[in-house]
Amino acid sequence: MKEGAAAKAEELGIKLQTYAGKQDGDADTQIAAIESCIASGAKGILLTPNDSSALVPIIETARQNGLLTIMLDTPLDPADAADATDNFKAGELIGQWAAAKMGDAAADARIALLNLNAQEITVDYMRNQGFLTGFGIDTKDPTDIGDEDDPRIVGNEVTNANEEGGRSGMESLLQINPDINLVYTINEPTAAGAYEALKAAGKEKDVIVVSIDGGCPGVANVKDGVIAATSMQFPLLMAAKGIEAIKAYAETGAKPETSPGLDFFDTGVELVTDEPMEGLPSIDSAQGLEKCWG
Amino acid sequence: MTETVQPVLSARNLVKKYGRVVAIDHADFDLLPGEILGVIGDNGAGKSSLIKALSGAIRIDSGDIALEGRPVSFASPIEARQSGIETVYQTLALSPALSICENMFLGREIYSDNIFGRLFHQLDRNRMTVIAREKLAELGLLTIQNIQQPVETLSGGQRQGVAVARAAAFGSKVIILDEPTAALGVKESRKVLDLILEVRARGVPIVLISHKMPHVFEICDRIHVHRLGKRAAVVKPGEISMSDAVAIMTGALQVPAA
Amino acid sequence: MEKTLATPFADHDPPSEEEDVQFAVFTEERQGLLTRVQHFLPVFPTAVPLIVLILSLAGFGLFAGKGFFSAYNMSLIVQQVSIIGVLAAAQSLIILTAGIDLSVAATMVLCSAVAGQLSVKLGLSLIIGLPLSFAAGAGIGWLNGFLITRVKLPAFIATLGTWNIFYALNLYLSGAQSIRGSDIDTAAPILKFFGRSVSLFGTQITYGSFLLVIVFGILWYALNKTAWGRHVYAVGDDKEAAELAGIPTDRVLMSVYVVAGLICALAGWSAIGRIGAVSPTSFYEGNLQSITAAVIGGISLFGGRGSILGPLLGALIVGVFQSGLRIGGVDVLWQFFAIGWLIIFAVAIDQWIRKFSA
Repeated sequence: MKEGAAAKAEELGIKLQTYAGKQDGDADTQIAAIESCIASGAKGILLTPNDSSALVPIIETARQNGLLTIMLDTPLDPADAADATDNFKAGELIGQWAAAKMGDAAADARIALLNLNAQEITVDYMRNQGFLTGFGIDTKDPTDIGDEDDPRIVGNEVTNANEEGGRSGMESLLQINPDINLVYTINEPTAAGAYEALKAAGKEKDVIVVSIDGGCPGVANVKDGVIAATSMQFPLLMAAKGIEAIKAYAETGAKPETSPGLDFFDTGVELVTDEPMEGLPSIDSAQGLEKCWG
Repeated sequence: MTETVQPVLSARNLVKKYGRVVAIDHADFDLLPGEILGVIGDNGAGKSSLIKALSGAIRIDSGDIALEGRPVSFASPIEARQSGIETVYQTLALSPALSICENMFLGREIYSDNIFGRLFHQLDRNRMTVIAREKLAELGLLTIQNIQQPVETLSGGQRQGVAVARAAAFGSKVIILDEPTAALGVKESRKVLDLILEVRARGVPIVLISHKMPHVFEICDRIHVHRLGKRAAVVKPGEISMSDAVAIMTGALQVPAA
Repeated sequence: MEKTLATPFADHDPPSEEEDVQFAVFTEERQGLLTRVQHFLPVFPTAVPLIVLILSLAGFGLFAGKGFFSAYNMSLIVQQVSIIGVLAAAQSLIILTAGIDLSVAATMVLCSAVAGQLSVKLGLSLIIGLPLSFAAGAGIGWLNGFLITRVKLPAFIATLGTWNIFYALNLYLSGAQSIRGSDIDTAAPILKFFGRSVSLFGTQITYGSFLLVIVFGILWYALNKTAWGRHVYAVGDDKEAAELAGIPTDRVLMSVYVVAGLICALAGWSAIGRIGAVSPTSFYEGNLQSITAAVIGGISLFGGRGSILGPLLGALIVGVFQSGLRIGGVDVLWQFFAIGWLIIFAVAIDQWIRKFSA
């Protein structure tokens, strides 16, 4: 995402300052970074909000100080605009794909859900609940992971969105039910870790692993059959759009537009799989590798 | 009579300055074979600087130190120790969690006589135990309990005993004891004094720095009185009263050269 | 000096057969059961973590059901703690010298990134990649040791600094992207060596699990049977005393940090096998987890006390808790809650025993 912003900023002659939180869910670092931006007289902020509610006050402050605030990845209410991907949609796509792939067997699927962390931040529940919705499971509270009572769900585990967590989480869920046949993962490194656990248990051939992100290693894993389907998002595009919007705002004062029917500009999501399902538009991994990021 | 004997450890014209403060001011020092030499002096007289200079803990600015007649200079206490000057510090330098045996051999462990000993410095615990026991027995310290028990389980006097035994055990030429009875009660002090006499009986000369006049007068052969950074006098306990010695220490009494 | 008030917890040799009668003149008094326990336990410094491990195994066996005790699950727990366990070995070595190393996990991840980038991305031969990752581990340990012994920084501060530095270098080297398992398989399959397994007791045991045991075995030997080991304890116990006793304390510290760095590199190699990829984002909390294992295992943060086998048990206890709670379907936040109490409980018992054992 940083790379996309950097490339666009250079092209447009805009000075870009980047900050990063250390971990997913680290709102404190982001608040400090926004404060620095306000203090240094920035024109606008692109932010991938880590913890939605905790960031609301500081974003309001930034707006009052005349900064254009654009959310990336996840929309957030007080911000001027968002170039986001619809994480719910991304989840929904792989959910629909998995349901189509399993066909009648979807009725007695045994599903493992590998999520982000105990904080259940926005991106975490959006993807998870999107997946369940796409698969046809009643999610109850759409902001709460794990309140579902559908017997097809074996369990939820947190993974910190990395390989290590993916593997340990998968191992635990396999112990609860060794017959798991569908695995949702918060992102592709998690999927790679989960696959290792399945392989160690000799089950990698019988289990469908789906994921979200569209990073190049992830798409390559689709090609290798590690991941059956992934929802590709376009963080580079989000960032580039955001830079353009801030430039326009600085020059003309114009606020960015949103996609029709949404309160943010949707940079889109594409399903990447080598087993296309009818009624679900998708690209194959070879095409995916041309569009992937990172 | 003393002039005919070569001192084990001697120093001439030692000088040590810290900025403008003169800690050692052309001090002399002589330790004769087989004796217990007391070193007394008022607080700030510079006796601890003198002892540190002799044990390698500080480097002198000028002057000469000789061990058994040969000039020496020490860059560290470890060098002094390697030359045969063992110092038992007031803090004892024992490792509380390690056992009596391990403390006795700390820094000079005996390695197994096999490939593991040569490659990995594997310890020969059996031999170390035997030797430690032997050394403690020689000094009459067998009442100290199990030598595998940690030093921190010992009383203050017992710890002092372990430290002295360690100093005496390894063929040292000189043992310097810094305030060995300062922290001890009457009974334990008694034991430590007996131990010091025992060490002398084995032929090792001892430098005893102490504030406790009765102890110094009881066991020392000669007493080095330090005042204003130099040796003010050397006296013999039988020839001078305790109060006169204190008078020399404080400058109330002038003495002709010893 | 206040250390001398604390009570012993060093490794004792079991009373040897040549125990001389005149040395041991303990008078046998009538003692209550608790007092006896208090006197018994310090002789076996790993008794507390061992008892906690057995109790937690029994407890979770009841709580989580029969599957918990299967050979498969037992081997899985060992696998799951194999990386953190090896890190805990490095951490404990440093804590024994009264230091602490906040950079162990970052060092490990950086070393695995070095191995991965060189031999997979740059396509260099493994003869260069792996040795260089170990060289990086040793160099990092040397840097920590240098900052602590020469620049005289407290270990906490030095490694707080290097932790951040290595974290940044790791992200720079890897571009925040994982190296995929199948790329490793093609370019340098040996990097996944510790992920291989053998069939034993009716289950799969990974080489990484053996590595865990071997690392602790070697450290146990080095710490208890060699002069170096005794010096490590002496330095951690009372550095000044050790120095005066003639131990080159700075050299000992330096060697400890370099060895710890090498162990971290080994953990990094093993981690590639465990997670099947070179991952820059995994093990972010590894340093705290390694400290947790060390502390539960009875290693005193003040240095010089504790058996190196304790942290192995400590890591296993944490693994048993996590596995048990997960299989029991307990929400993840209660796992944190339980581990928190576990730390407090284990260390409190330890303190209680030491209080009267002097």
